[in-house]
Amino acid sequence: MEKKEVRVLKDLLGTNKKIAEDIRNILSQRGVLTVNLLSSPGAGKTTLLEYLSDRLRPDYKMAVIEGDIETERDAERIRAKGIPAWQIITNGACHLEAKMIGRLFSQLPQELDFLFIENVGNLVCPASFDLGESLRFVLLSTPEGDDKPKKYPKAFTTSQGLIITKTDLVPPVPFDISRATKEAKEVNPNLKIFVTSAVKESGLEEVVNFLLVSLNELRSKHA
Amino acid sequence: MHELSIVANLFDILEEKALEKKAKKITSVKLQVGTLSGVVPELLVSAFDIYKKDTIANVAELQTEKVPLKVQCQRCKKEMIKDDYVFICDHCGSTDLKTISGTELLLETIEMEVD
Repeated sequence: MEKKEVRVLKDLLGTNKKIAEDIRNILSQRGVLTVNLLSSPGAGKTTLLEYLSDRLRPDYKMAVIEGDIETERDAERIRAKGIPAWQIITNGACHLEAKMIGRLFSQLPQELDFLFIENVGNLVCPASFDLGESLRFVLLSTPEGDDKPKKYPKAFTTSQGLIITKTDLVPPVPFDISRATKEAKEVNPNLKIFVTSAVKESGLEEVVNFLLVSLNELRSKHA
Repeated sequence: MHELSIVANLFDILEEKALEKKAKKITSVKLQVGTLSGVVPELLVSAFDIYKKDTIANVAELQTEKVPLKVQCQRCKKEMIKDDYVFICDHCGSTDLKTISGTELLLETIEMEVD
């Protein structure tokens, strides 16, 4: 019996990355902008999607994939807006993986402009898993605190957009928008930042415009 | 705790390699874990120790080597380590930094017993 050391140098997330790359290629070529939403539980991902449903539905076709540990509740909220929605129940898993999106692929409508994926509420684990999205948004609600970008850097460094939500609660909630913005820009200088309130419907049009510009860019690249 | 699903993926590779090399036993596994890989090395080890029972790696030890976040400034071309995740050049203040290492999660080597 002899001991042997085998050099492998293999990416442990390689399988997920490969599936994600396939998803991104197929959807981009079909002209679909896929958006992965990350945040802590309760930051307002589903509320944002409800707003986008009302706003985009008259002119665009969208679909939503919801990830949760339990229940169909989020998908039901989106379906109530007349938008096709699929619920992935992870049964305890803390994040979505590309293969879970791949399994739903055949059910997606052929004609589609936007596919939103609402990840499991968690600012840590989902950041490591590419789902094949073209855009990643991280949401940060004011009650969570303005110090989160440096505490959870991966979610912020891997996103293209930061949506600060529930700004109508400031004050009394002590959230310093300029501090959060500064920290977020430090960990990711290219991050686009949106300051929003769903209650006051403020800042959300900027998100819509960014999505429309991104959709156009994707389509001109793959035309 | 996404470390468990990463370890499950690791075991798929270990079993494949063990079969390929006709190994009797895997005695040690070494990973490179970037500080911005999004995983906690200690949790990987815990997950590994739970998972390894009844596998070819049941006595194996998981070693993790931390890889710091290293960037290169695209303006002044200097390289630096970023422990604070602040993507601003220490030398010239540019925010145009390219990540060189520190986001990886790699299976580096497998030590195995073969006939």
